[in-house]
Amino acid sequence: MELLNKSLRELNELIKRKEVKPTEILEELLNRIKETEPKLNAYITVTEEKARKKAEIADKELEKLGEDEIPELFGIPLSIKDNINVENVRMTCASKILENFISPYDATVIKKLRERGAIFVGKNNLDEFAMGSSTETSYFGPTKNPWDLERVPGGSSGGSAAAVSARSAIASLGSDTGGSIRQPAALCGVVGLKPTYGRVSRYGLTAFASSLDQIGPITKTVEDAAYLLNIISGQDSKDATSVRIPVPDFLENLNNEIKGLKAGLPKEYFVEGIEPEVKEKVLEAVKKLESLGVEIEEISLPNTKYAVETYYIIAPAEASSNLGRFDGVRYTYRAKDYKNLIDMYCKTRAEGFGDEVKRRIMIGTYTLSAGYYDAYYLKAQKVRTLIYQGFQNAFEKVDFIVTPVSPTTAFRIGEKTDDPIKMYLSDIFTIAVNLAGLPAISIPCGFDNKNLPVGLQIIGKAFDEVTILNVANVIEKELNLNTIPPV
Amino acid sequence: MEFEAVIGLEVHAQLLTETKIFCSCKNEFGAPPNTNVCPVCLGMPGSLPVLNKKAVEYAVKAALALNCKINRYSVFARKHYFYPDLPKAYQITQYELPFAENGWIEIEKPDGTKKKIRIKRIHMEEDAGKTIHGEGLDPNSYVDLNRAGTPLIEIVSEPDISTPEEARLYMQKLRDILVWIGVNDGNLEEGSLRCDANVSIRPKGSDKLGTRTEIKNVNSFRFIQKALEYEIERQIKVVRSGGEVVQETRLFDSQRGITKTMRTKEEAEDYRYFPEPDLPPLIIDDEWLESIKASLPELPDQVKERFIRDYGITSYDADILVRDRALARFFEEAAKNYSGEAKKVANIIISDLLGALNEEKLEISESPVEPLHVAQLLELVDKEVISLRVAKEEIIPEMVKSGKEPRAIVEEKGLVQISDESALKEIIKKVLENNEKAVKQYREGNDKQKQKAVKFLIGQVMKETRGKANPKLLNQLIPQVLEEV
Ligand SMILES: [Zn+2]
Repeated sequence: MELLNKSLRELNELIKRKEVKPTEILEELLNRIKETEPKLNAYITVTEEKARKKAEIADKELEKLGEDEIPELFGIPLSIKDNINVENVRMTCASKILENFISPYDATVIKKLRERGAIFVGKNNLDEFAMGSSTETSYFGPTKNPWDLERVPGGSSGGSAAAVSARSAIASLGSDTGGSIRQPAALCGVVGLKPTYGRVSRYGLTAFASSLDQIGPITKTVEDAAYLLNIISGQDSKDATSVRIPVPDFLENLNNEIKGLKAGLPKEYFVEGIEPEVKEKVLEAVKKLESLGVEIEEISLPNTKYAVETYYIIAPAEASSNLGRFDGVRYTYRAKDYKNLIDMYCKTRAEGFGDEVKRRIMIGTYTLSAGYYDAYYLKAQKVRTLIYQGFQNAFEKVDFIVTPVSPTTAFRIGEKTDDPIKMYLSDIFTIAVNLAGLPAISIPCGFDNKNLPVGLQIIGKAFDEVTILNVANVIEKELNLNTIPPV
Repeated sequence: MEFEAVIGLEVHAQLLTETKIFCSCKNEFGAPPNTNVCPVCLGMPGSLPVLNKKAVEYAVKAALALNCKINRYSVFARKHYFYPDLPKAYQITQYELPFAENGWIEIEKPDGTKKKIRIKRIHMEEDAGKTIHGEGLDPNSYVDLNRAGTPLIEIVSEPDISTPEEARLYMQKLRDILVWIGVNDGNLEEGSLRCDANVSIRPKGSDKLGTRTEIKNVNSFRFIQKALEYEIERQIKVVRSGGEVVQETRLFDSQRGITKTMRTKEEAEDYRYFPEPDLPPLIIDDEWLESIKASLPELPDQVKERFIRDYGITSYDADILVRDRALARFFEEAAKNYSGEAKKVANIIISDLLGALNEEKLEISESPVEPLHVAQLLELVDKEVISLRVAKEEIIPEMVKSGKEPRAIVEEKGLVQISDESALKEIIKKVLENNEKAVKQYREGNDKQKQKAVKFLIGQVMKETRGKANPKLLNQLIPQVLEEV
């Protein structure tokens, strides 16, 4: 397991010096996957043979390449959340309806990683179509938390977070619509970054809620997150919502200079529903920041209290539209017996989608219907603007904002599955960030008395990933936690 | 009670861009099924639309030609419904904020009166694919997605149209303009232009609107008129017999010439429109708009007016010449190169050249005859090198066949006009010998009969010379020879 604990930069250096071969890393990883999967179920698909072939080719290439000809991810195996297209690999979105779908193309992020030499080892489990906060809605069964196999890893990118935590993935890409990278990262004790909306191309990410979705890294360390963000960022001619703005070198900017920065502590984020130990650990990290010369200021984000309601109108509305294409006509599952076209649609979708997905399609269809649109969707969009303005106001006074990621540590499997509202509230601290399109990072900041990780969220100004990565990196180094789980 | 109809048309026009509106697949008609497709137009998970700038430019061009106001800020929206040829289960269109509004075009009725028809709005959208149902015993249906993502504009008129004939004229005028500016190929049969009609009736002179029906699938100029004629008649019958017109969508059955209920208002779908989150609002700035304006050619109405004013041709001829931009250009170039009256140019193009091209199944744009050649041909007539008859009957068809200059054809075929008096006199004498009856008529008849005889004899000389005799000279020489002999 020695290689699997290394950072991306370390692995790259080992390969560059030709001290390690790509097949050695891959075989160690495949062994670890075989060892942990029966317990975790973090992968839906492991492309063992494909990855092996690629690694063997990489081994041979390596012999011919000079040190400076070797790109950042050469021969390094990565895993990908199973709602991102990797050409010629099955992409299920953890749904029966896409059980046998083979991606015909690479997502832009995959293309970029491939160009830098990455090898893809498999597709990680998630909540069906990324709808959930526990990875329990997956058609392929729940993923378990490596810190306690009775508990959830969070979601929806639970497979990615659990695998990175258990070292059955070196690093992974997830997607974040309302907290789907940050919350599982927090619950599994790893690093999760949601970039600014528009920083990373969404082309090839199966859309859940188009105006909120963003791809980001899930990694062992802040440095690894910066390492991957450097590669996947940038405007893409295939995504009209990606933004043409310079991409700084996030790695180079990890310079530990945080003295004199101002941090905002929103009072609304530390009140009701939050577990005392979560609050405690977060505030300890804040103290640490203060001791390092960061000025702490209490701020107010008054409209955040509407974030969950606003989110649960906008996200299902967009989802109901985005999921219409899974209709049994072209590439999805199709019901066996049907009387006519309408019957085929109904049966295919009734059999192909799980309960949570159906619930959201129904909510979304309802709020977009004639006569309800103004009262729900339009109003929610207005509140969304207010939430955004609230952050803008706050960022006039502070450089970044510190909050908990989730009100609780990892909860028990099945604990919230019968109560959707309770489940929705586990994203209460992450959702507003998506509504405002801001970048935010989740890093481990301690453990509760059950030895479950607690996450700290650092929210930045739009396109200022540099600051939050830098701050997160400093805290990570200062806390120096042991984040290797017992599994 | 007398009734009048109130009609509004919604016309979908495909734009002639090289590629589709939201992906880089080819936009072409007639390719093998499902060959011009990609993840985007197949609605694959994760694919995203990117707006084709050319499609915007064509759309704006059309809107400017239809006198619309261009909205600098417009928004795409999703229109949802399930159908096998709609891959994403929504169509990307524009809804609350279209890119163009408040335009008009003018139609001219056969009696010469003109009428302005206002255009309410124009929006951009993507076409769906095609569902093809199996023939005979084949129970399957097939989907061809080549057409999915073809750029469309939907042109919505105000209900300013009062008769089926006006509706047809409006549609024809619209087609002529769109083809003229090069954004649409005008091919109704292939579905490049499709029309839905909204129609209601009301007591003549009333300003209240009746309940309307929408007629789908009227895809030829003739059918537009026929479908509306039938539907207006049907609504009047319903009202006269004490019934009420029901708001519904009807389908035109072109075989039987009737309209039939397709779906009622209760069955109407809720399209759940909302702004397309994958596309930022479309912003057309000054610079862009100016460059599109600059690329817009002079429009048919303007050209027609100018032709009448500058070239002195009739309104009737001008109308024919501006029906096709290539034809108008052809005429103008020929007229510019000709020293005589442009009227003659218009005449020979309309009554002879077009016919000759038609014989060879050629469009004016494919004409082997150069405009300059038409001017040269007319010059030859003016200089009495050839007769107008030879020009029309012998040279034009040959020019169309070979593309040669008129002078070369004249020489090759020996068609130079005979203007030599003594030579003509010899021919006349010979003709007189063979036509004693006419000679007798001339000698014994009154003035009128004399004239008739001369005319006949000119015809005979022309026949003898295969049209080469100078007709002006014949007019003098025939009476002269008759007197001499
Ligand atoms: Zn395409």
